[in-house]
Amino acid sequence: MQFWIIQGLNSLSLGGLLFLLSSGFSLIFGLMRLANLTHGAFFMLGTYFAAVALREYSGLNLWVTALGAGLAVAAIGGLFERLVLTRLKTNPLGQVLVTLGMSFIISDACLVLWGGDSIPVPTPHNLQAPTRMFGFVFPTYRLVLVGCAVATAVALYLLMERTRIGAMIRAGVDDRQMARAVGIPVSNLFTIVFCLGAGIAGAGGVLGGPILSAYPGLDADMLPLALIVVILGGIGSLLGAFVGSFIIGFIYTFGTALFPELAYIILFLPMIVVIAFRPQGLFGRVSA
Amino acid sequence: MKWIASALFAAPLLLLPLFAGDFYINLASQILIAAIFALSLNLLVGFGGMTSLGHASYLGVAAYISALLTGRYGLGHGPAAIISITGTVATAAFFGVIALRATGLGFLMITLALSQVLWGLAYRMSNVTNGDNGIAGLTRPMPFGISLDSAAAFYWFALIVASFSFLMMAIFVSSSFGSSLKGVRDQPRRMAALGFNPWMIRWITFIYAGFWGGISGLLYVYYNKYIHPTSLSTTSSAEALLGVIAGGSGTLGGPVVGATLVLMLKNYASAYIERWNMLLGLVFLFIVLVMPTGIVPGLGKLAARFRRGSR
Repeated sequence: MQFWIIQGLNSLSLGGLLFLLSSGFSLIFGLMRLANLTHGAFFMLGTYFAAVALREYSGLNLWVTALGAGLAVAAIGGLFERLVLTRLKTNPLGQVLVTLGMSFIISDACLVLWGGDSIPVPTPHNLQAPTRMFGFVFPTYRLVLVGCAVATAVALYLLMERTRIGAMIRAGVDDRQMARAVGIPVSNLFTIVFCLGAGIAGAGGVLGGPILSAYPGLDADMLPLALIVVILGGIGSLLGAFVGSFIIGFIYTFGTALFPELAYIILFLPMIVVIAFRPQGLFGRVSA
Repeated sequence: MKWIASALFAAPLLLLPLFAGDFYINLASQILIAAIFALSLNLLVGFGGMTSLGHASYLGVAAYISALLTGRYGLGHGPAAIISITGTVATAAFFGVIALRATGLGFLMITLALSQVLWGLAYRMSNVTNGDNGIAGLTRPMPFGISLDSAAAFYWFALIVASFSFLMMAIFVSSSFGSSLKGVRDQPRRMAALGFNPWMIRWITFIYAGFWGGISGLLYVYYNKYIHPTSLSTTSSAEALLGVIAGGSGTLGGPVVGATLVLMLKNYASAYIERWNMLLGLVFLFIVLVMPTGIVPGLGKLAARFRRGSR
Protein backbone atom coordinates (compact mmCIF):
# COMPACT_ATOMS: atom_id res chain seq x y z
CA MET A 1 0.00 0.00 0.00
CA GLN A 2 2.83 2.37 0.90
CA PHE A 3 4.33 1.59 -2.52
CA TRP A 4 1.19 2.62 -4.40
CA ILE A 5 0.73 5.79 -2.38
CA ILE A 6 4.33 6.88 -2.73
CA GLN A 7 4.39 6.09 -6.44
CA GLY A 8 1.08 7.90 -6.80
CA LEU A 9 2.60 10.97 -5.20
CA ASN A 10 5.70 10.67 -7.37
CA SER A 11 3.42 10.54 -10.39
CA LEU A 12 1.64 13.67 -9.26
CA SER A 13 4.88 15.54 -8.73
CA LEU A 14 6.26 14.45 -12.11
CA GLY A 15 2.94 15.46 -13.64
CA GLY A 16 3.29 18.86 -12.00
CA LEU A 17 6.79 19.27 -13.41
CA LEU A 18 5.62 18.21 -16.84
CA PHE A 19 2.87 20.80 -16.67
CA LEU A 20 5.38 23.54 -15.89
CA LEU A 21 7.34 22.36 -18.91
CA SER A 22 4.56 21.72 -21.41
CA SER A 23 2.18 24.58 -20.62
CA GLY A 24 4.69 27.05 -22.03
CA PHE A 25 5.33 24.83 -25.04
CA SER A 26 1.62 24.60 -25.65
CA LEU A 27 1.05 28.35 -25.26
CA ILE A 28 3.83 29.13 -27.71
CA PHE A 29 2.58 26.59 -30.20
CA GLY A 30 -1.00 27.81 -29.90
CA LEU A 31 -0.19 31.43 -30.63
CA MET A 32 2.90 31.27 -32.81
CA ARG A 33 2.35 27.93 -34.61
CA LEU A 34 5.92 27.16 -33.63
CA ALA A 35 7.18 23.87 -32.23
CA ASN A 36 9.76 25.26 -29.84
CA LEU A 37 12.37 22.52 -29.62
CA THR A 38 14.48 24.72 -27.33
CA HIS A 39 11.98 24.15 -24.56
CA GLY A 40 13.80 21.22 -22.98
CA ALA A 41 16.98 23.28 -23.02
CA PHE A 42 15.20 26.20 -21.29
CA PHE A 43 14.09 23.80 -18.58
CA MET A 44 17.62 22.46 -18.18
CA LEU A 45 19.04 25.97 -18.10
CA GLY A 46 16.77 26.74 -15.13
CA THR A 47 17.95 23.62 -13.31
CA TYR A 48 21.61 24.48 -13.90
CA PHE A 49 21.13 28.10 -12.79
CA ALA A 50 19.62 26.84 -9.54
CA ALA A 51 22.21 24.13 -9.01
CA VAL A 52 25.11 26.52 -9.50
CA ALA A 53 23.56 29.42 -7.57
CA LEU A 54 22.74 27.22 -4.59
CA ARG A 55 26.20 25.63 -4.67
CA GLU A 56 27.88 29.03 -4.54
CA TYR A 57 25.48 30.76 -2.11
CA SER A 58 24.10 28.03 0.09
CA GLY A 59 21.86 30.42 2.02
CA LEU A 60 19.80 31.23 -1.05
CA ASN A 61 16.09 30.54 -0.97
CA LEU A 62 14.84 28.07 -3.60
CA TRP A 63 11.75 30.15 -4.38
CA VAL A 64 13.80 33.29 -4.95
CA THR A 65 16.11 31.25 -7.14
CA ALA A 66 13.14 29.95 -9.13
CA LEU A 67 11.94 33.49 -9.70
CA GLY A 68 15.39 34.73 -10.67
CA ALA A 69 16.14 31.80 -12.97
CA GLY A 70 12.68 32.09 -14.51
CA LEU A 71 13.30 35.74 -15.31
CA ALA A 72 16.78 35.02 -16.67
CA VAL A 73 15.53 32.25 -18.95
CA ALA A 74 12.62 34.43 -20.03
CA ALA A 75 15.11 37.14 -21.00
CA ILE A 76 17.19 34.66 -23.00
CA GLY A 77 14.04 33.39 -24.69
CA GLY A 78 12.92 36.93 -25.47
CA LEU A 79 16.25 37.82 -27.03
CA PHE A 80 16.19 34.66 -29.12
CA GLU A 81 12.65 35.43 -30.28
CA ARG A 82 13.43 39.05 -31.15
CA LEU A 83 16.80 38.46 -32.78
CA VAL A 84 16.22 35.20 -34.64
CA LEU A 85 12.65 33.97 -34.79
CA THR A 86 11.09 37.23 -36.00
CA ARG A 87 13.36 37.14 -39.05
CA LEU A 88 11.83 33.82 -40.04
CA LYS A 89 8.16 34.79 -39.83
CA THR A 90 7.41 33.41 -43.27
CA ASN A 91 9.42 30.23 -42.84
CA PRO A 92 7.85 27.94 -40.20
CA LEU A 93 10.21 25.06 -41.00
CA GLY A 94 13.20 27.37 -40.60
CA GLN A 95 11.86 28.46 -37.23
CA VAL A 96 11.74 24.89 -35.99
CA LEU A 97 15.24 24.25 -37.26
CA VAL A 98 16.72 27.28 -35.49
CA THR A 99 15.03 26.27 -32.23
CA LEU A 100 16.65 22.87 -32.67
CA GLY A 101 20.02 24.50 -33.38
CA MET A 102 19.56 26.72 -30.34
CA SER A 103 18.86 23.70 -28.15
CA PHE A 104 22.14 22.12 -29.27
CA ILE A 105 23.99 25.34 -28.49
CA ILE A 106 22.47 25.70 -25.03
CA SER A 107 23.00 22.10 -24.01
CA ASP A 108 26.60 22.14 -25.21
CA ALA A 109 27.22 25.47 -23.48
CA CYS A 110 25.94 23.95 -20.21
CA LEU A 111 28.35 21.07 -20.69
CA VAL A 112 31.26 23.47 -21.25
CA LEU A 113 30.38 25.73 -18.35
CA TRP A 114 29.41 23.22 -15.71
CA GLY A 115 30.98 19.93 -16.74
CA GLY A 116 29.62 16.47 -17.25
CA ASP A 117 28.90 15.50 -13.65
CA SER A 118 25.42 15.97 -12.31
CA ILE A 119 25.02 18.78 -9.78
CA PRO A 120 22.41 18.23 -7.08
CA VAL A 121 19.94 20.94 -6.11
CA PRO A 122 19.34 20.77 -2.34
CA THR A 123 15.79 20.53 -1.04
CA PRO A 124 14.88 23.58 1.09
CA HIS A 125 15.55 22.94 4.82
CA ASN A 126 12.01 23.54 6.01
CA LEU A 127 10.66 21.03 3.48
CA GLN A 128 13.11 18.24 4.17
CA ALA A 129 11.12 16.63 6.98
CA PRO A 130 8.58 14.15 5.64
CA THR A 131 4.89 14.80 6.17
CA ARG A 132 2.86 12.19 8.03
CA MET A 133 -0.74 11.82 6.99
CA PHE A 134 -3.21 8.97 7.60
CA GLY A 135 -0.38 6.78 8.84
CA PHE A 136 1.67 7.25 5.65
CA VAL A 137 4.88 9.16 5.16
CA PHE A 138 5.15 11.61 2.27
CA PRO A 139 8.17 13.59 1.06
CA THR A 140 6.97 17.12 1.74
CA TYR A 141 8.76 18.74 -1.16
CA ARG A 142 6.86 16.69 -3.72
CA LEU A 143 3.55 17.71 -2.19
CA VAL A 144 4.60 21.37 -2.39
CA LEU A 145 5.67 20.87 -6.01
CA VAL A 146 2.21 19.61 -6.96
CA GLY A 147 0.78 22.66 -5.23
CA CYS A 148 3.08 24.91 -7.29
CA ALA A 149 1.96 23.31 -10.52
CA VAL A 150 -1.70 23.70 -9.63
CA ALA A 151 -1.11 27.32 -8.61
CA THR A 152 0.64 27.97 -11.94
CA ALA A 153 -2.24 26.34 -13.79
CA VAL A 154 -4.77 28.54 -11.98
CA ALA A 155 -2.66 31.65 -12.58
CA LEU A 156 -2.31 30.85 -16.28
CA TYR A 157 -6.03 30.18 -16.54
CA LEU A 158 -6.83 33.52 -14.92
CA LEU A 159 -4.27 35.26 -17.13
CA MET A 160 -5.77 33.79 -20.27
CA GLU A 161 -9.44 34.09 -19.39
CA ARG A 162 -9.74 37.11 -17.13
CA THR A 163 -7.21 39.69 -18.29
CA ARG A 164 -7.03 41.97 -21.28
CA ILE A 165 -3.73 40.55 -22.45
CA GLY A 166 -5.16 37.03 -22.15
CA ALA A 167 -8.08 38.06 -24.34
CA MET A 168 -5.63 39.45 -26.89
CA ILE A 169 -3.62 36.22 -26.86
CA ARG A 170 -6.80 34.19 -27.35
CA ALA A 171 -7.78 36.42 -30.23
CA GLY A 172 -4.34 35.88 -31.77
CA VAL A 173 -4.66 32.11 -31.37
CA ASP A 174 -8.08 32.02 -33.00
CA ASP A 175 -7.42 34.29 -35.94
CA ARG A 176 -4.11 36.04 -36.27
CA GLN A 177 -5.10 38.10 -39.32
CA MET A 178 -8.30 39.41 -37.77
CA ALA A 179 -6.51 40.18 -34.51
CA ARG A 180 -4.00 42.28 -36.43
CA ALA A 181 -6.78 43.98 -38.34
CA VAL A 182 -8.49 45.15 -35.16
CA GLY A 183 -5.24 46.61 -33.88
CA ILE A 184 -3.85 43.94 -31.56
CA PRO A 185 -0.03 44.07 -31.69
CA VAL A 186 0.39 40.37 -32.46
CA SER A 187 4.18 40.56 -32.91
CA ASN A 188 4.59 41.96 -29.41
CA LEU A 189 2.30 39.24 -28.10
CA PHE A 190 4.62 36.68 -29.70
CA THR A 191 7.52 38.02 -27.68
CA ILE A 192 5.48 38.16 -24.48
CA VAL A 193 4.19 34.63 -24.90
CA PHE A 194 7.63 33.29 -25.82
CA CYS A 195 9.16 34.95 -22.74
CA LEU A 196 6.33 33.65 -20.57
CA GLY A 197 6.68 30.10 -21.87
CA ALA A 198 10.46 30.12 -21.54
CA GLY A 199 10.21 31.65 -18.06
CA ILE A 200 7.78 29.01 -16.80
CA ALA A 201 10.03 26.30 -18.22
CA GLY A 202 13.07 27.87 -16.52
CA ALA A 203 11.31 28.20 -13.17
CA GLY A 204 9.98 24.67 -13.59
CA GLY A 205 13.54 23.50 -14.12
CA VAL A 206 14.53 25.07 -10.78
CA LEU A 207 11.61 23.48 -8.96
CA GLY A 208 12.37 20.13 -10.57
CA GLY A 209 16.01 20.43 -9.49
CA PRO A 210 15.72 18.81 -6.05
CA ILE A 211 14.11 15.75 -7.67
CA LEU A 212 16.03 15.49 -10.94
CA SER A 213 19.31 17.38 -10.23
CA ALA A 214 21.12 19.11 -13.08
CA TYR A 215 22.90 16.80 -15.54
CA PRO A 216 23.85 16.91 -19.23
CA GLY A 217 21.10 15.37 -21.32
CA LEU A 218 18.32 16.56 -19.04
CA ASP A 219 16.97 18.55 -21.99
CA ALA A 220 16.89 15.48 -24.22
CA ASP A 221 15.06 13.60 -21.46
CA MET A 222 12.46 16.30 -20.91
CA LEU A 223 11.70 17.45 -24.46
CA PRO A 224 10.13 14.18 -25.66
CA LEU A 225 8.01 14.08 -22.51
CA ALA A 226 6.76 17.59 -23.29
CA LEU A 227 6.07 16.60 -26.90
CA ILE A 228 4.14 13.53 -25.83
CA VAL A 229 2.15 15.56 -23.30
CA VAL A 230 1.05 18.17 -25.81
CA ILE A 231 0.37 15.65 -28.57
CA LEU A 232 -1.75 13.71 -26.09
CA GLY A 233 -3.52 16.67 -24.52
CA GLY A 234 -4.00 18.68 -27.69
CA ILE A 235 -1.59 21.27 -28.98
CA GLY A 236 -2.33 24.79 -27.80
CA SER A 237 -4.77 23.76 -25.10
CA LEU A 238 -3.94 24.65 -21.50
CA LEU A 239 -6.41 22.14 -20.12
CA GLY A 240 -4.96 19.52 -22.46
CA ALA A 241 -1.45 20.23 -21.18
CA PHE A 242 -2.70 19.93 -17.59
CA VAL A 243 -4.54 16.63 -18.04
CA GLY A 244 -1.86 15.25 -20.38
CA SER A 245 0.91 16.06 -17.88
CA PHE A 246 -0.70 14.09 -15.10
CA ILE A 247 -1.58 11.16 -17.37
CA ILE A 248 2.02 10.96 -18.58
CA GLY A 249 3.29 11.52 -15.02
CA PHE A 250 1.34 8.48 -13.83
CA ILE A 251 2.20 6.28 -16.78
CA TYR A 252 5.89 7.11 -16.69
CA THR A 253 6.26 6.71 -12.92
CA PHE A 254 4.37 3.44 -12.67
CA GLY A 255 5.91 2.20 -15.89
CA THR A 256 9.42 2.81 -14.58
CA ALA A 257 8.59 1.28 -11.20
CA LEU A 258 6.87 -1.85 -12.50
CA PHE A 259 8.53 -2.49 -15.89
CA PRO A 260 11.71 -0.42 -15.82
CA GLU A 261 12.94 -1.54 -19.23
CA LEU A 262 9.69 -1.03 -21.06
CA ALA A 263 8.84 2.36 -19.54
CA TYR A 264 9.51 4.11 -22.82
CA ILE A 265 7.20 1.85 -24.78
CA ILE A 266 4.42 2.13 -22.22
CA LEU A 267 4.89 5.88 -22.37
CA PHE A 268 4.05 6.07 -25.99
CA LEU A 269 1.07 3.72 -26.01
CA PRO A 270 -1.44 6.38 -24.88
CA MET A 271 -0.05 8.72 -27.52
CA ILE A 272 -0.68 6.13 -30.25
CA VAL A 273 -4.20 5.47 -29.03
CA VAL A 274 -5.05 9.16 -28.91
CA ILE A 275 -3.50 9.91 -32.30
CA ALA A 276 -5.31 6.96 -33.85
CA PHE A 277 -8.76 8.01 -32.67
CA ARG A 278 -8.40 11.73 -32.08
CA PRO A 279 -5.51 13.25 -34.03
CA GLN A 280 -6.08 16.70 -32.55
CA GLY A 281 -5.45 15.36 -29.03
CA LEU A 282 -7.81 15.04 -26.07
CA PHE A 283 -8.67 18.73 -25.75
CA GLY A 284 -7.31 20.21 -28.96
CA ARG A 285 -9.64 22.04 -31.29
CA VAL A 286 -7.60 21.83 -34.45
CA SER A 287 -5.21 19.14 -35.53
CA ALA A 288 -1.63 20.29 -35.84
CA MET B 1 28.79 15.49 -73.74
CA LYS B 2 26.72 14.26 -70.87
CA TRP B 3 28.51 10.91 -70.96
CA ILE B 4 31.93 12.52 -70.89
CA ALA B 5 30.90 14.66 -67.96
CA SER B 6 29.62 11.69 -66.00
CA ALA B 7 32.77 9.70 -66.84
CA LEU B 8 34.89 12.59 -65.60
CA PHE B 9 32.80 12.61 -62.45
CA ALA B 10 32.81 8.84 -61.95
CA ALA B 11 36.47 8.13 -62.64
CA PRO B 12 37.95 9.84 -59.56
CA LEU B 13 35.25 8.20 -57.41
CA LEU B 14 36.14 4.76 -58.77
CA LEU B 15 39.87 5.23 -58.65
CA LEU B 16 40.04 7.08 -55.33
CA PRO B 17 41.57 4.16 -53.36
CA LEU B 18 44.47 4.00 -55.85
CA PHE B 19 45.85 7.43 -55.00
CA ALA B 20 44.37 8.38 -51.58
CA GLY B 21 45.52 7.27 -48.17
CA ASP B 22 43.46 5.13 -45.80
CA PHE B 23 42.23 8.15 -43.85
CA TYR B 24 40.68 9.72 -46.93
CA ILE B 25 39.30 6.43 -48.21
CA ASN B 26 37.55 5.90 -44.90
CA LEU B 27 36.27 9.47 -44.91
CA ALA B 28 34.90 8.86 -48.39
CA SER B 29 33.16 5.68 -47.22
CA GLN B 30 31.54 7.61 -44.39
CA ILE B 31 30.43 10.29 -46.83
CA LEU B 32 28.83 7.66 -49.06
CA ILE B 33 26.92 6.25 -46.09
CA ALA B 34 25.81 9.71 -44.95
CA ALA B 35 24.80 10.53 -48.51
CA ILE B 36 22.46 7.52 -48.79
CA PHE B 37 20.98 8.46 -45.44
CA ALA B 38 20.46 12.10 -46.43
CA LEU B 39 19.02 11.11 -49.82
CA SER B 40 16.47 8.86 -48.15
CA LEU B 41 15.48 11.64 -45.76
CA ASN B 42 15.24 14.00 -48.71
CA LEU B 43 12.51 11.81 -50.24
CA LEU B 44 10.39 12.85 -47.28
CA VAL B 45 11.59 16.41 -46.74
CA GLY B 46 12.21 17.60 -50.26
CA PHE B 47 9.86 15.62 -52.46
CA GLY B 48 7.13 14.77 -49.99
CA GLY B 49 7.04 17.97 -47.92
CA MET B 50 7.17 15.87 -44.74
CA THR B 51 9.89 17.19 -42.45
CA SER B 52 10.91 14.30 -40.24
CA LEU B 53 13.13 14.74 -37.21
CA GLY B 54 13.23 11.05 -36.49
CA HIS B 55 14.92 9.57 -39.49
CA ALA B 56 17.77 8.17 -37.40
CA SER B 57 15.24 5.58 -36.22
CA TYR B 58 15.60 3.57 -39.42
CA LEU B 59 19.37 3.78 -39.53
CA GLY B 60 19.46 2.75 -35.88
CA VAL B 61 16.91 -0.05 -36.08
CA ALA B 62 18.64 -1.69 -39.04
CA ALA B 63 22.05 -1.31 -37.43
CA TYR B 64 20.92 -2.64 -34.06
CA ILE B 65 19.06 -5.64 -35.47
CA SER B 66 22.02 -6.57 -37.63
CA ALA B 67 24.44 -6.08 -34.73
CA LEU B 68 22.34 -8.22 -32.39
CA LEU B 69 21.78 -11.01 -34.91
CA THR B 70 25.36 -11.30 -36.12
CA GLY B 71 27.13 -10.39 -32.88
CA ARG B 72 25.04 -12.10 -30.27
CA TYR B 73 23.16 -14.86 -32.04
CA GLY B 74 25.85 -15.76 -34.53
CA LEU B 75 23.61 -15.49 -37.57
CA GLY B 76 25.25 -15.10 -40.99
CA HIS B 77 25.38 -11.65 -42.55
CA GLY B 78 23.05 -12.52 -45.46
CA PRO B 79 20.01 -13.60 -43.44
CA ALA B 80 20.78 -10.94 -40.80
CA ALA B 81 20.71 -8.21 -43.44
CA ILE B 82 17.38 -9.46 -44.81
CA ILE B 83 15.84 -9.66 -41.35
CA SER B 84 17.11 -6.25 -40.30
CA ILE B 85 15.84 -4.57 -43.47
CA THR B 86 12.48 -6.29 -43.06
CA GLY B 87 12.38 -5.12 -39.45
CA THR B 88 13.24 -1.59 -40.49
CA VAL B 89 10.57 -1.52 -43.16
CA ALA B 90 8.02 -2.82 -40.65
CA THR B 91 9.06 -0.12 -38.17
CA ALA B 92 8.74 2.54 -40.87
CA ALA B 93 5.31 1.21 -41.88
CA PHE B 94 4.14 1.31 -38.26
CA PHE B 95 5.64 4.74 -37.49
CA GLY B 96 4.22 6.03 -40.74
CA VAL B 97 0.70 5.04 -39.75
CA ILE B 98 1.07 7.04 -36.53
CA ALA B 99 3.00 10.05 -37.80
CA LEU B 100 0.95 10.54 -40.96
CA ARG B 101 -2.16 11.19 -38.93
CA ALA B 102 -0.69 14.68 -38.80
CA THR B 103 1.07 16.90 -41.31
CA GLY B 104 3.53 19.77 -40.95
CA LEU B 105 4.69 20.54 -37.44
CA GLY B 106 2.57 17.80 -35.90
CA PHE B 107 4.29 15.27 -38.15
CA LEU B 108 7.67 16.65 -37.13
CA MET B 109 6.86 16.41 -33.43
CA ILE B 110 5.50 12.88 -33.66
CA THR B 111 8.50 11.60 -35.62
CA LEU B 112 10.79 13.25 -33.07
CA ALA B 113 8.90 11.70 -30.15
CA LEU B 114 8.87 8.24 -31.77
CA SER B 115 12.60 8.28 -32.46
CA GLN B 116 13.28 9.46 -28.91
CA VAL B 117 11.34 6.44 -27.69
CA LEU B 118 13.66 4.17 -29.67
CA TRP B 119 16.69 6.06 -28.39
CA GLY B 120 15.42 5.61 -24.83
CA LEU B 121 14.89 1.90 -25.45
CA ALA B 122 18.42 1.48 -26.80
CA TYR B 123 19.74 3.26 -23.73
CA ARG B 124 17.62 1.62 -21.05
CA MET B 125 17.13 -1.96 -22.25
CA SER B 126 20.72 -2.67 -21.39
CA ASN B 127 20.36 -6.44 -21.17
CA VAL B 128 19.48 -6.49 -24.87
CA THR B 129 21.25 -3.48 -26.34
CA ASN B 130 24.12 -3.20 -23.88
CA GLY B 131 22.94 0.34 -23.08
CA ASP B 132 25.50 3.09 -23.02
CA ASN B 133 28.35 0.68 -23.77
CA GLY B 134 26.98 -0.07 -27.20
CA ILE B 135 27.60 -3.30 -29.06
CA ALA B 136 31.20 -3.80 -30.07
CA GLY B 137 33.24 -6.54 -31.71
CA LEU B 138 31.11 -6.86 -34.84
CA THR B 139 32.32 -8.08 -38.19
CA ARG B 140 31.92 -6.96 -41.78
CA PRO B 141 30.17 -9.26 -44.26
CA MET B 142 32.09 -11.14 -46.95
CA PRO B 143 30.02 -10.85 -50.15
CA PHE B 144 31.05 -13.63 -52.59
CA GLY B 145 33.90 -14.49 -50.24
CA ILE B 146 35.62 -11.11 -50.65
CA SER B 147 36.85 -9.64 -47.40
CA LEU B 148 35.80 -6.04 -46.80
CA ASP B 149 38.23 -5.43 -43.97
CA SER B 150 40.57 -3.19 -45.93
CA ALA B 151 39.60 0.45 -46.36
CA ALA B 152 39.68 0.22 -50.17
CA ALA B 153 37.52 -2.91 -50.38
CA PHE B 154 34.92 -1.41 -48.11
CA TYR B 155 34.96 1.81 -50.07
CA TRP B 156 34.23 0.01 -53.34
CA PHE B 157 31.48 -1.97 -51.66
CA ALA B 158 29.93 1.24 -50.27
CA LEU B 159 30.32 2.91 -53.66
CA ILE B 160 28.39 0.12 -55.39
CA VAL B 161 25.61 0.24 -52.82
CA ALA B 162 25.49 4.03 -52.85
CA SER B 163 25.37 4.25 -56.64
CA PHE B 164 22.59 1.69 -56.74
CA SER B 165 20.67 3.55 -54.00
CA PHE B 166 21.11 6.85 -55.78
CA LEU B 167 19.83 5.33 -59.00
CA MET B 168 16.84 3.72 -57.31
CA MET B 169 15.89 6.93 -55.55
CA ALA B 170 16.36 8.95 -58.74
CA ILE B 171 14.06 6.54 -60.59
CA PHE B 172 11.54 6.74 -57.76
CA VAL B 173 11.48 10.52 -57.90
CA SER B 174 11.23 10.81 -61.67
CA SER B 175 8.60 8.06 -61.98
CA SER B 176 4.93 8.89 -62.30
CA PHE B 177 4.61 8.00 -58.64
CA GLY B 178 7.26 10.60 -57.89
CA SER B 179 5.23 13.17 -59.81
CA SER B 180 2.13 12.35 -57.81
CA LEU B 181 4.23 12.68 -54.64
CA LYS B 182 5.28 16.18 -55.64
CA GLY B 183 1.66 16.90 -56.46
CA VAL B 184 0.61 15.81 -52.99
CA ARG B 185 3.34 17.97 -51.50
CA ASP B 186 2.16 21.10 -53.30
CA GLN B 187 -1.58 20.61 -53.65
CA PRO B 188 -2.91 17.78 -51.49
CA ARG B 189 -6.55 18.78 -51.86
CA ARG B 190 -6.44 19.06 -55.63
CA MET B 191 -4.66 15.72 -55.82
CA ALA B 192 -7.39 14.20 -53.68
CA ALA B 193 -10.01 15.75 -55.92
CA LEU B 194 -8.26 14.19 -58.93
CA GLY B 195 -8.74 10.77 -57.37
CA PHE B 196 -5.31 10.24 -55.85
CA ASN B 197 -4.99 9.02 -52.29
CA PRO B 198 -2.59 11.51 -50.63
CA TRP B 199 -2.29 9.47 -47.46
CA MET B 200 -1.34 6.30 -49.31
CA ILE B 201 1.20 8.16 -51.47
CA ARG B 202 2.80 9.67 -48.37
CA TRP B 203 2.80 6.37 -46.53
CA ILE B 204 4.46 4.47 -49.38
CA THR B 205 7.10 7.19 -49.61
CA PHE B 206 7.62 7.04 -45.86
CA ILE B 207 8.24 3.29 -46.05
CA TYR B 208 10.50 3.63 -49.09
CA ALA B 209 12.55 6.29 -47.30
CA GLY B 210 12.72 4.04 -44.24
CA PHE B 211 13.99 1.21 -46.44
CA TRP B 212 16.93 3.24 -47.76
CA GLY B 213 17.53 4.63 -44.29
CA GLY B 214 17.85 1.00 -43.22
CA ILE B 215 20.32 0.28 -46.03
CA SER B 216 22.50 3.17 -44.87
CA GLY B 217 22.19 1.81 -41.32
CA LEU B 218 23.53 -1.56 -42.43
CA LEU B 219 26.50 0.09 -44.15
CA TYR B 220 26.97 2.23 -41.04
CA VAL B 221 27.22 -0.75 -38.72
CA TYR B 222 29.45 -2.66 -41.17
CA TYR B 223 31.75 0.31 -41.39
CA ASN B 224 32.03 1.05 -37.68
CA LYS B 225 31.75 -2.56 -36.46
CA TYR B 226 30.14 -0.93 -33.45
CA ILE B 227 26.78 0.60 -32.60
CA HIS B 228 25.87 3.03 -29.84
CA PRO B 229 22.54 4.67 -28.85
CA THR B 230 23.82 8.07 -30.10
CA SER B 231 23.22 6.90 -33.67
CA LEU B 232 19.51 6.91 -32.75
CA SER B 233 19.64 10.33 -31.10
CA THR B 234 18.09 13.59 -32.24
CA THR B 235 21.59 14.81 -33.07
CA SER B 236 21.91 12.03 -35.62
CA SER B 237 18.55 12.87 -37.22
CA ALA B 238 19.39 16.57 -37.09
CA GLU B 239 22.75 16.11 -38.82
CA ALA B 240 21.03 14.38 -41.72
CA LEU B 241 18.33 17.03 -41.88
CA LEU B 242 20.98 19.74 -41.85
CA GLY B 243 22.71 18.00 -44.74
CA VAL B 244 19.48 17.89 -46.72
CA ILE B 245 18.63 21.53 -46.08
CA ALA B 246 22.16 22.86 -46.46
CA GLY B 247 22.60 21.09 -49.78
CA GLY B 248 19.13 21.90 -51.03
CA SER B 249 16.05 19.80 -50.33
CA GLY B 250 14.06 18.55 -53.26
CA THR B 251 17.11 18.13 -55.48
CA LEU B 252 18.99 14.90 -56.01
CA GLY B 253 22.48 16.36 -55.77
CA GLY B 254 21.77 18.64 -52.80
CA PRO B 255 21.65 16.04 -50.03
CA VAL B 256 24.86 14.46 -51.30
CA VAL B 257 26.65 17.82 -51.22
CA GLY B 258 25.09 18.70 -47.86
CA ALA B 259 25.91 15.36 -46.25
CA THR B 260 29.49 15.66 -47.51
CA LEU B 261 29.82 19.13 -46.02
CA VAL B 262 28.37 18.11 -42.65
CA LEU B 263 30.61 15.08 -42.44
CA MET B 264 33.75 16.95 -43.44
CA LEU B 265 32.91 19.69 -40.99
CA LYS B 266 32.38 17.11 -38.27
CA ASN B 267 35.65 15.34 -39.02
CA TYR B 268 37.82 18.41 -39.37
CA ALA B 269 36.18 20.39 -36.59
CA SER B 270 36.49 17.55 -34.14
CA ALA B 271 40.22 17.50 -34.78
CA TYR B 272 40.48 21.03 -33.38
CA ILE B 273 37.55 21.50 -31.01
CA GLU B 274 35.45 19.11 -29.01
CA ARG B 275 32.30 21.12 -29.29
CA TRP B 276 30.62 19.43 -32.25
CA ASN B 277 27.08 19.95 -30.96
CA MET B 278 27.56 23.66 -30.49
CA LEU B 279 29.05 23.99 -33.95
CA LEU B 280 26.16 21.97 -35.36
CA GLY B 281 23.73 24.37 -33.70
CA LEU B 282 25.53 27.41 -35.04
CA VAL B 283 25.64 25.95 -38.55
CA PHE B 284 21.90 25.33 -38.29
CA LEU B 285 21.29 28.97 -37.44
CA PHE B 286 23.63 30.12 -40.18
CA ILE B 287 22.14 27.96 -42.92
CA VAL B 288 18.54 28.77 -42.06
CA LEU B 289 19.15 32.51 -41.73
CA VAL B 290 21.57 32.99 -44.62
CA MET B 291 20.98 30.21 -47.12
CA PRO B 292 17.44 28.94 -46.60
CA THR B 293 17.13 27.24 -49.98
CA GLY B 294 20.47 25.43 -49.76
CA ILE B 295 23.69 25.37 -51.70
CA VAL B 296 22.75 23.49 -54.86
CA PRO B 297 19.66 25.56 -55.76
CA GLY B 298 21.61 28.67 -54.75
CA LEU B 299 24.45 27.78 -57.12
CA GLY B 300 21.90 26.93 -59.81
CA LYS B 301 20.38 30.39 -59.46
CA LEU B 302 23.82 31.96 -59.65
CA ALA B 303 24.66 29.96 -62.77
CA ALA B 304 21.38 30.96 -64.40
CA ARG B 305 22.06 34.62 -63.67
CA PHE B 306 25.58 34.27 -65.05
CA ARG B 307 24.31 32.71 -68.27
CA ARG B 308 21.69 35.41 -68.70
CA GLY B 309 24.29 38.09 -68.00
CA SER B 310 26.81 36.77 -70.52
CA ARG B 311 24.29 36.66 -73.33
